[in-house]
Amino acid sequence: MTDVTTFDLADRTVRELNQALHDATSGAFRVTSPRGAHAVAAGIDAAIDVEIDGSVGYYCAGMHQQGTVRIDGNASTGLAENMMSGTVRITGSATMSAGATGHGGLLVVEGNAGARCGISMKGLDIVVGGDVGHMSAFMAQAGNLVVLGDAADDLGDSIYEAELYVRGSVASLGTDCVEKPVEAEHLATLTDLLERSGLDADPADFRRYGSARRLYNFHVDDIAAELAEGGATGIAAELAEGGATGNGAA
Amino acid sequence: MCGIVGLFLKTERHRHELGRLTAMMLHEMRERGPDSAGFAVYDRPVGDATRITVLAEGRQPDWGAIRAELEPVLGAEVAVTPVHDHAVFTTSGDGALARQWMIENVADLAVLSHGSQIELYKSVGDPDLVAERYDLASRTGTHAIAHTRMATESAITTNGSHPFVTGANTCLVHNGSLSNHNRLRRQLERTGESFQTENDSEVAAGYVAWRLAEGDTIDEALRRALVDLDGFYTFAIGIEDGFAILRDPIACKPAVVAETDDWVAMSSEFRAIAQLPGVDDAEVWEPKPAQIYSWSLAA
Repeated sequence: MTDVTTFDLADRTVRELNQALHDATSGAFRVTSPRGAHAVAAGIDAAIDVEIDGSVGYYCAGMHQQGTVRIDGNASTGLAENMMSGTVRITGSATMSAGATGHGGLLVVEGNAGARCGISMKGLDIVVGGDVGHMSAFMAQAGNLVVLGDAADDLGDSIYEAELYVRGSVASLGTDCVEKPVEAEHLATLTDLLERSGLDADPADFRRYGSARRLYNFHVDDIAAELAEGGATGIAAELAEGGATGNGAA
Repeated sequence: MCGIVGLFLKTERHRHELGRLTAMMLHEMRERGPDSAGFAVYDRPVGDATRITVLAEGRQPDWGAIRAELEPVLGAEVAVTPVHDHAVFTTSGDGALARQWMIENVADLAVLSHGSQIELYKSVGDPDLVAERYDLASRTGTHAIAHTRMATESAITTNGSHPFVTGANTCLVHNGSLSNHNRLRRQLERTGESFQTENDSEVAAGYVAWRLAEGDTIDEALRRALVDLDGFYTFAIGIEDGFAILRDPIACKPAVVAETDDWVAMSSEFRAIAQLPGVDDAEVWEPKPAQIYSWSLAA
């Protein structure tokens, strides 16, 4: 059993806490009285364990690497934003942009996640026990988003290549996001992520969503038609008349 | 940026310390709005009296002279209590008439609020100093709404500070910006609403006041606001017996709500709520976009 170093944020600053976490190469830390403070446990890059006893503000565990952070409470905007590896787990809910731009590791939100969960995620795995808000996985590029509850409007808008799994209802899919078949490999991914997240669900109950890949290339024919519909004249009208050649004509 | 706090006390338990709790919340939002601050406090009505809070920025005019001129206009007695550069006029006469008369007849005066329950104070400067100068901490009552402003689109002035009131007992604070406020202001002026600033948030306050005057409930008024207001907003709204929250459909501007059996607290950030009594047992959530949340003392 390793010693646990306790930081009470009622007496000490977030800057002192984060400096101690950055200096550490191993060990366990407990943080009390966070009282909604911002940037708690941001920038960890070592195999340490951090437990936060209470609710945190913005950017908790931002840029996280290697270690584990567990929050017993709720978090505001940008939980684990741009995390690279390791694990971040929150027992309550997270507001906007949880896991934004994350490159790797596992983020587990046992409660709900708010709007734009996993926005522009780049390889991170996110498992949400409850619901996710609107525009989750907006422009997501890689990684998995698993939602045990429901997804609000415009799930996966302008998505590149991340995989989205939702057990509940999806209010609406965003532009270029479509439902896709669940194959054996996807069931294996789900089984693994559910097991690692410790959340109880049957992989067979999920539906899978991802990119239709229609936004990958610029199609000049599309824009010409769009402009012509709006009564455009000049160059747009010329394009609409079928004069479109060159880049987009292939 | 800007910071919002709202505290609505459902039971008697904390009403003796409404001001202290609100000041504590406001303090946590200082960094979101260090330029200016304001607060509205709702207390029980005193008889049939209307209170009119006015501001003569940085000055202490001859309040007695204004009172003497106002009495014959209202045909009722008027009392006045100066609070630094603010004053609270109290009368059994018509509060809306008093407001309109002062706007039209007293130079360099802003009428901040009128109504049976509301008093409203605002000033440029550090939010803690504003709270201290107008003695927020010692105030009692049922609900309070406060705002810290970081001016981005217009100058740092007291008149540009929140909250805004145009209708009796109706007050609004806003984080965000409206894009159709000039047209809306002209439309509302045709319905008889009067505005004292060029501020977009005052138009939102006027819109809600207009709908309530037309007989809408606060929920109905906000349902229409979702159609008629264009822009970014998180609003906290106080009415004489209630409190409401509305966020625009995109919900870029932050909001968090906590509720216990005794109170509902709303703020831009959780840290403003984190020290309220009983918060550990509160239900905490983020208000959904385009969804109306309201509480009433009558319920």
